[in-house]
Amino acid sequence: MPLSQSEVLAGLAEIVNDETGISADAVALEKSFVDDLDIDSISMMTIVVNAEDKFGVKIPDEEVKNLITVGDAVNFIVGAQG
Amino acid sequence: MSHPTLNQYTAVKFSRIYGLGAARGDLIVTNDDVAGPIDSSDEWIRQRTGIIERRRASADLSLMDMAVDASNQAIAAAGIDPSEIGAVLFSTITHPHQTPSAAALLADKIGANPAPAFDISAACAGYCYGIAQADALVRSGMAKYVLVVGGEKLSDFIDPTDRTISFLLGDGAGAAIVGPSDTPGISPTVWGSDGSHWSAVGMSASLLELRDGTTTWPTLRQEGQTVFRWAVWEMAKVAKQALEAAGIEASDLDALVTHQANMRIIDELAKQLKLPESVVVARDIVHTGNTSAASVPLAMHALLASGEVKSGGLALQIGFGAGLAFGAQVVVMP
Repeated sequence: MPLSQSEVLAGLAEIVNDETGISADAVALEKSFVDDLDIDSISMMTIVVNAEDKFGVKIPDEEVKNLITVGDAVNFIVGAQG
Repeated sequence: MSHPTLNQYTAVKFSRIYGLGAARGDLIVTNDDVAGPIDSSDEWIRQRTGIIERRRASADLSLMDMAVDASNQAIAAAGIDPSEIGAVLFSTITHPHQTPSAAALLADKIGANPAPAFDISAACAGYCYGIAQADALVRSGMAKYVLVVGGEKLSDFIDPTDRTISFLLGDGAGAAIVGPSDTPGISPTVWGSDGSHWSAVGMSASLLELRDGTTTWPTLRQEGQTVFRWAVWEMAKVAKQALEAAGIEASDLDALVTHQANMRIIDELAKQLKLPESVVVARDIVHTGNTSAASVPLAMHALLASGEVKSGGLALQIGFGAGLAFGAQVVVMP
């Protein structure tokens, strides 16, 4: 059964915390990965690959640049779930 | 009518690396030196790449100069006479002539004339491609000793304002002599290419576009995120295949010598391979920068020179880059 938006957010926050040390509580839907969370492009790609593993989805390279906010990523993952 | 039976090469069973040589650019270029045109800082570059400084060659030091220096060192370390070299393989993307090859000139300059000589265009995978071919040439009996060189003067092909790759790059040459051995010294190579990502890393334009005036001097560029994903997660699979092909476990290694692309790639790749702490991970990039085809032999040479890893140790070496192209093998360090 597909995960809900809040379940994906919680899982993504855990991945961000593992990669960057940023508190999971700080990973909110409206936060920008670059401007608010100061996540660089390499960390972003590590988060993307770990999210693919965790949620069983594919996030193509060309899609990554469209994931500006945490909400963008959560919504993409929710929509991409089989 | 019956024909006489042809002679064919007589194969030898094993090969190994007998000696290495290393030459780096004569200039130390700090992060502060390159930060201005990309609106960056020493701290930003260190955090994102692990590089503190890179070595670049002055106008008076050519790619060929560095290749000759490294080759002569490797020949001396191997204890052979240059006339015994049966082939010269030069991996480079920065030889400034479309033809003739850099390898033919190198062969002449080091006393290996008339050895067959040719260049390999496999970018950062080039040295590992060269070792694969040297292994095959030696074991087939086609050549007794083969000189493999990975050398670049990348500073001729950079754009100081480029934020994707130029600030990572350095200049240097590494050389190896491969020859016949009584014991296995080079495992089966896992190598390949993926031209579906042909444009992910490479030159910004072609020479024809330069001729037609539609571009300025072509320089190196990359799509960093695409290359990073491929370099870590796809190369982790290749590295595991190379270990399997060698018949060893990661814990049997003494060293991991990856292409020195970016410290973040090296660290993440080492993490994916779950290496025990006993395995030394080469980090020559910190003071040399990314030298494309030269990076693997330079990094291995540095590990031996510092005593971090001893001669006879097992190293997994893996090169990966433009093409995309990749090659990996386990070698007994000379």
